[in-house]
Amino acid sequence: MELTRRNAIILGASALFVAGLPKQSAAAATSDELIAAFTGGAEIGTGDIKLTAPEIAENGNTVPIEVSSDTAAEILVLAMGNPTPSVATFKFGKLAASRAASTRIRLAGTQDVVAIAKLDDGSFVQASSTVKVTIGGCGG
Amino acid sequence: MASGVKPRVKVPKTAAAGEAVTIKTLISHNMESGQRKDKEGNVIPRSIINRFTCDFNGENVIDITLEPAISTNPYFEFQALVPEAGEFKFTWYDDDGSVYEDSKKIALG
Repeated sequence: MELTRRNAIILGASALFVAGLPKQSAAAATSDELIAAFTGGAEIGTGDIKLTAPEIAENGNTVPIEVSSDTAAEILVLAMGNPTPSVATFKFGKLAASRAASTRIRLAGTQDVVAIAKLDDGSFVQASSTVKVTIGGCGG
Repeated sequence: MASGVKPRVKVPKTAAAGEAVTIKTLISHNMESGQRKDKEGNVIPRSIINRFTCDFNGENVIDITLEPAISTNPYFEFQALVPEAGEFKFTWYDDDGSVYEDSKKIALG
């Protein structure tokens, strides 16, 4: 192929497209993969899981969240818009008085935070909450 | 290597047998996410606490896996059952292999 101006532009554009694509699909696959790894491909319903997060967080570096459930054995928390979506996994032991915990997390920007719980009966439920972030928490 | 790591734990001194107590834990730690860059534009390597556990007399209360999205100075609040007098043991595992521990006794009262 002769390297004309038109060809160069097409080449450049397709290179950009190819370069941009894997990054995006990798990020999308990661959260899907994480969910699949956690649930083992089981159906996720709604029900006994509650995620408490602020509607607006001024500082994305420290956003208080709380997860609670009556019958959860494990709770996975994901921040869908972060460079790495996983946030934390809570496993409740024999002496956990309530299946609830609160912590503070980092959010890169306005996004959905998702909590998926594995219940004692082996089923999975999820809850999500959109948090508006004024200042992102990833040092960008 | 994280420096100045200091765990702090708040547990009531006494509890009734079978009572649920609220526990608050905080550990001073940078939790370097591996996403930030220094002045020269080099990525600062990840250095976080990746696991936290709480046990009471050898029985597990909670086991948490931490990821870089947990804020600086990771804080956790949760509830534990106190079936008898004994000791809470808290353990934090650092990426660099260090293990930080703290323990708190609780009496029946």
